[in-house]
Amino acid sequence: MAQPEELTFFALELKGISKAFGTIRANSNVDLELRHGEILALLGENGSGKTTLMNMVAGIYYPDDGQIFVDGEEVVIRSPKDAYKHKIGMIHQHFKLVDLFTAAENIVLGVNDGSRYDIREVNERVRELCVRYGFNIDPKEKIHEMSVSQKQTVEILKVLYRGAEILILDEPTAVLTPQETANLFSVLRNMKKDGKSIIIITHKLHEVLSISDRVAVLRKGEHIATVETSQTTEGMLTEMMVGKKITLNIDRTEPHDTVERLRVEGLCGVNADGLTALDDVSFTAYGGEILGIAGIAGSGQRELLEAIAGIYGPTAGTVTYRDPKDGAEVNLRKKTPLQIRELGVRLSFVPEDRLGMGLVGSMDITDNVMLRSYRSGRLMLLNRQDPKKLAEEIVKELEVATPSLRTPVRRLSGGNVQKVLVGREIASAPALLMAAYPVRGLDINSSYAIYNLLNQQKERGVAVIFVGEDLDVLLALCDRIMVLNSGRVTGIVDARTVTKEDVGYLMTKSHDGAAKEGFISEGGGEK
Amino acid sequence: MKQRKHNEQAHEPLVHITKNAAMPFWKSSLIRVAAVVLAFLFCSLLAAVLINAKPVEFLQEFLKGNFGTNPMSANLRIWNLVKDTAILLCIALAVTPAFRMRFWNIGAEGQVLVSALASAAVVFYFGKYFDNVSSGWLLLLMLIASIAAGMIWAIIPAIFKALWNTNETLFTLMMNYVATFFVAYCLVKWTPDGSSVLGELKAGYLPRVGHDYLLLVLIILITTVFMFVYLYYSKHGYEISVVGESQRTACYIGINVKKVIVRTMALSGALCGLTGFLLVSALDHSVTTTSVGGRGFTAIIVSWLAKFNPFLMIISAFLLVFLSKGASQLATTFRVSFAFPDIVTGIVIFFVIGCEFFIRYKVHFRFARKRAGAREAAGAAAGTQGAPGELPAEAEGKAAVIPDKGGKLK
Repeated sequence: MAQPEELTFFALELKGISKAFGTIRANSNVDLELRHGEILALLGENGSGKTTLMNMVAGIYYPDDGQIFVDGEEVVIRSPKDAYKHKIGMIHQHFKLVDLFTAAENIVLGVNDGSRYDIREVNERVRELCVRYGFNIDPKEKIHEMSVSQKQTVEILKVLYRGAEILILDEPTAVLTPQETANLFSVLRNMKKDGKSIIIITHKLHEVLSISDRVAVLRKGEHIATVETSQTTEGMLTEMMVGKKITLNIDRTEPHDTVERLRVEGLCGVNADGLTALDDVSFTAYGGEILGIAGIAGSGQRELLEAIAGIYGPTAGTVTYRDPKDGAEVNLRKKTPLQIRELGVRLSFVPEDRLGMGLVGSMDITDNVMLRSYRSGRLMLLNRQDPKKLAEEIVKELEVATPSLRTPVRRLSGGNVQKVLVGREIASAPALLMAAYPVRGLDINSSYAIYNLLNQQKERGVAVIFVGEDLDVLLALCDRIMVLNSGRVTGIVDARTVTKEDVGYLMTKSHDGAAKEGFISEGGGEK
Repeated sequence: MKQRKHNEQAHEPLVHITKNAAMPFWKSSLIRVAAVVLAFLFCSLLAAVLINAKPVEFLQEFLKGNFGTNPMSANLRIWNLVKDTAILLCIALAVTPAFRMRFWNIGAEGQVLVSALASAAVVFYFGKYFDNVSSGWLLLLMLIASIAAGMIWAIIPAIFKALWNTNETLFTLMMNYVATFFVAYCLVKWTPDGSSVLGELKAGYLPRVGHDYLLLVLIILITTVFMFVYLYYSKHGYEISVVGESQRTACYIGINVKKVIVRTMALSGALCGLTGFLLVSALDHSVTTTSVGGRGFTAIIVSWLAKFNPFLMIISAFLLVFLSKGASQLATTFRVSFAFPDIVTGIVIFFVIGCEFFIRYKVHFRFARKRAGAREAAGAAAGTQGAPGELPAEAEGKAAVIPDKGGKLK
């Protein structure tokens, strides 16, 4: 395909790239090579600098030091525009699309090649691209009518339309179901066949092994090694990522002495736009078990937990809490979080939005730990002594890496922020613990620390509700899994027997099948 | 692998900006002080150009304006400086709790004005029933009336904000005009001759302790300490910070956001009320539509400059009063427009706020620096010329004119 002359250069080469944010070194002296027509997986834990590194290639950041070569020629990339000029396109984790525009309008937005704007021609070209790589997208469909995977397809088309030869995908599978992931991978293979060079950022090992030709591992901003995928194993990659040998297993015990703790019946609700968020949700959570909640992002998980916690007002239904001591039942619906606490309901909630909801970013650890308990005492003045002791305990027990107790939590890394939040919520000895995406953005060690904490709570007879996105984890950690789909419960399954594919099917089944799929499944089985 | 081509035009941008690490307090303080000094130098240069004032004279006039020329006037001037700083500080303290809650109350002007009016009204209607000009009962009545008036003026926009999420900035601003015209209306009503000049009230004088202004200053200092404790060590202050940072966190934790908004604005209004009371009972003994004279707005700057810390506000209030007095003196001596003090104040504030940029960010210039090393390596590899770090101005210029040439595709 490509000329032999060109093959002597790498498609993209990074030399000694460094980037610091304040005192935090996001990347230091990273070398990376991307060959023509290969899929390179960029692997690393959260915070290892993968996205920062790629953002420098895509023109979002400017490196403090180092050089970038495209086809052997040094280039300077100051803006995304420069990146496109060098045929580099990045598909970001968070889509940047205009909801009210059609796919084609979004794709052509910002393209300034001097030619007249002719939407019919654009539609035609988009269609050509779809046929070539196997996308199933109607260029005239509006973005807001699309599923997440279709939106992602539009982002990819946007980059291809601009003639990108080097594509960078930032955690593209994070928002996809197993089936959609398989489709995406088949499209990536098609693009590879067409001579495109692809970098895929991920921290999921099995994906790395199934899609990539080579793997580059970053750890703490440094490039550890680049290896041929065929010559490596999950264990080796993990060791490179984490820096030490670790055994990863979740110690799931059989639930015993389970008692009914929370009963939700017929819960309905709408979101801020008046659209249905919860549709007749009913389930029971038992003390001594972990109930997982699976679903595509935005299927009503947040509304459900917030409804139970008294933050969000559902339109119908009941939320019944049964006291572990005397079995007395109280309805939590139409109660504020304060009223719920005053009723003696021991409910802890680790919300999805840690700094926007669970914690106050500008306050230090002590003040954040105090959020739950600052009202205690009769005086008008705060008592910071006890919270300080608790903060010290949390920092010690959960190994929170922080310069001091006085550091604003905003300055801590994602994992440490989460430890402070989970530590505080567990410290109040809950009878019901709800955790939404508690390991999002956490490294492997921190993630397993959190899983262990949840398991400990389960052992103590706490009813744990765990909202997760990684199906492998849900299957390994939970006792039962409830699947939410557009605000409806499409199934409550035994996590020990169910397969990933079954859960994936429940997550999407009411989307009317293939018509809503972003990618056609052709070639999906190809190795 | 073939040798990579080094690209001559591939220069980094002329400047690029990166975030700075947290700076030690002494260093950031030094930068701030340097900013003030620089601002003064700049102003003196400006004065030299615009009004022919030599830099030495500039400084002299500034000192004269604040500290006087002889011991007699010095005493008076210094007390004036202290008094004006104290009043400005008091209004700044009043707006601060709302600001910490990110409730942008710019209605302190009106809140203080109606409070002053309330005090004056008490004296106007009931003053004759009290024999003593410093009657404690009358003063108490005035204080209560002022605080009530300030609170009402502040609570109205707060309620609207809490219940219907109206824009507090516009609302409080509009309340200022209502206050001004309300005062104008009362003055017409109170002066049968239609002059609208109330004249000096005959009662309701704050007792003299040591010096005319000493009691006033003490009251405001106590308020400062109180506010510091309230904001940093009380449950209310804690709730204010939580609501200010994230209303969602406040909801999550069970704080009644509406209640906190109204309560905090009530406190703001009460402090404005205190200021209005002090203005009438200790200083003006009268009320006009310009009694507050824009200090309700200046106080906002005071509060911001001090990052909402009551103790630091003493410094920022002093700085602003010092500036305005010094520049006024300059304007008088050199017979220039009284817009000049405003220009000077504006410049100093610009410098002080501008220096925050240099505390938060680091600016990198293209020249020399690290490029030297990279160049050495690349230069040696590609066999091109150039000692490390040597960047001829000509090449630099070319690069600036055609910065994108290096990015051209083959």
